[in-house]
Amino acid sequence: MRVVRPVAQRLLALGPVLFGITLLVFALNAVALGDPARAALGQRADPEVLRQLRHEYALDRPLVVQYATWIGRLLRGDLGRSYRQQRPVTEVVADRLPATVRLALAATLVSVVVGVGAGATAAARPGSGLDHALMGAAVLGISTPVFWLGMMLALVFAVGLDWLPVSGYGGGDLAHLVLPALTLGALHTGTVARMTRGSLLDVVRLDYIQTARAKGLAEGTVLGKHALRNALIPIVTVIGIGLADLLVGAPLTETVFAWPGLGRMLVAAVGERDLPVVMGAVLVFAVVYVVGNLLVDLAYLVIDPRTRAAD
Amino acid sequence: MRRAAGERPSPETPEARRGADRTAAGPTAGPGQPGHRWRRHRGFVAGLALVGLFVLASALAPVLAPADPLHVPTGAEAATLLPPGPHHALGTDVLGRDLLSRVLYAGRVSLAVGLGVELFAATLGCLVGLLAGYYGGWLDAVLMRATDVVMAFPSLVLAIGLIAVFEEPGLDKVFLVLGALGWTTIARVIRGEVLTLRGQEYVEAARAVGVPDPVILVRHVLPNCLGPLLVAATIGVGGNMVAEAGLSFLGLGAQPPTISWGAMLAEGQTFLTAAPWVAVFPGGALLLAVLGVNLLGDGLRDLLDPRFRKW
Repeated sequence: MRVVRPVAQRLLALGPVLFGITLLVFALNAVALGDPARAALGQRADPEVLRQLRHEYALDRPLVVQYATWIGRLLRGDLGRSYRQQRPVTEVVADRLPATVRLALAATLVSVVVGVGAGATAAARPGSGLDHALMGAAVLGISTPVFWLGMMLALVFAVGLDWLPVSGYGGGDLAHLVLPALTLGALHTGTVARMTRGSLLDVVRLDYIQTARAKGLAEGTVLGKHALRNALIPIVTVIGIGLADLLVGAPLTETVFAWPGLGRMLVAAVGERDLPVVMGAVLVFAVVYVVGNLLVDLAYLVIDPRTRAAD
Repeated sequence: MRRAAGERPSPETPEARRGADRTAAGPTAGPGQPGHRWRRHRGFVAGLALVGLFVLASALAPVLAPADPLHVPTGAEAATLLPPGPHHALGTDVLGRDLLSRVLYAGRVSLAVGLGVELFAATLGCLVGLLAGYYGGWLDAVLMRATDVVMAFPSLVLAIGLIAVFEEPGLDKVFLVLGALGWTTIARVIRGEVLTLRGQEYVEAARAVGVPDPVILVRHVLPNCLGPLLVAATIGVGGNMVAEAGLSFLGLGAQPPTISWGAMLAEGQTFLTAAPWVAVFPGGALLLAVLGVNLLGDGLRDLLDPRFRKW
């Protein structure tokens, strides 16, 4: 099995990165200025309670011990307790994660369907007016600040046309999902469209496509069956990159649409300096990102045999 | 991870780039004098024009602004949430302040953060990239693993988390945080360049005649990385501007009385229904400025990087 070795290599390479991630997240608390624990409990906090809290988190011990304590709890799935909400961070995160996942999946769907569609349409007639218009829209989509786009969409479709709700989760109602998903997906839609177009145009020039055309196959079959399949490799890459866009856009989009997700929770926790929650959220975001990238890497191994030999 | 350690395939891969170039320069762009090429690149020219406008408007803000951006008119002249009209070209905000003046002054903040942070981050990135690429060995390993770790976080999420380290948010903290996180791409770009330059004869000649390493790096190696450095730094400036606006929008960046497009947008959202112009104009300005910087960066890459030259 020639796939086993490269897969093992990628899993091994994950170790140092994950270790580095925990160090950086831990540093958020270690270098925090002022006294977040005190700030959280209030100026008139009972000194005894404060001392207990410090002792519990080993905040009164050397940094190495603090880190060891923290990582030990982390490995047992304990992210600590929220200063403000008086409950475990894992509970807080678990409450908010589903909304973010739902939003991210919907946004991915938008960006892949619209992006690949627009890119393939543009590639069918390169240099045409439609091509220019679509690629112009793609650049615009990439450059538009996600939170402003969200507000403008809300302004037009919710305030102006009154087709969709302005914000909120609506208890999982699908109409509430539309605008946030469009907003979060827009940035990445542009990237996907450009990538699809570019990689289709590159593949189309290759010999085997000429052969397919020479055989007299319909243009749709040539593009759809032969070209798109080879163009898939860069498209998978770009979907992986999209994960970064999604995670970066989540705090902004969720804030614009009052979406009860992990991103808005992170922003609120930073505002309150609820450091255990901040650390937990940042850690979850980073792990999702790293694992997502790993999956993209593994997808490569499956789609493109050349990457197996390259290692 | 192979992808994280090597050249991360970005949306701007050769495929996408050549695709974009075809749109921009047209299929007929042929060989010509250098100046000819630059003038013919439509994206570059448009980007240059937008950025020129942005820089000019920021520099001349005190002259162009019709009113003091912080002046809150009271009594008889009070004018809150006025729509765009003859007295206030872009209307007024909830305190009756002239929006045009505020948009102009906020542009200065955006430009200063974009350039200032990049100056800091690029210097750091050059240092890391030069040292890692030139000396190799364990230094390279340590520096590149550190780069991997910082890049393993979705950028804005880590920036949001780092803001929690400080007792109070503010533009100065945004500066520190973005500068501390923004060096990674440039470090990788420079390292890659140095790896190919290090074996060049003129570098070995310099070493052979006893030129000290710092002089070799700064006088002989760095100047040959200027093209890719300029491209990466330009794109970085756009990223910094978006990040600053995002953080300020979330209330984790610029605080009053500092004027920032992001902070203005947060206000604008509150009055989205009653006074949409408060949100439309700062966001539009941000979009145009970022679009300009992105187009400029894309154009520079097409024009400076010989690998993507078609002639």
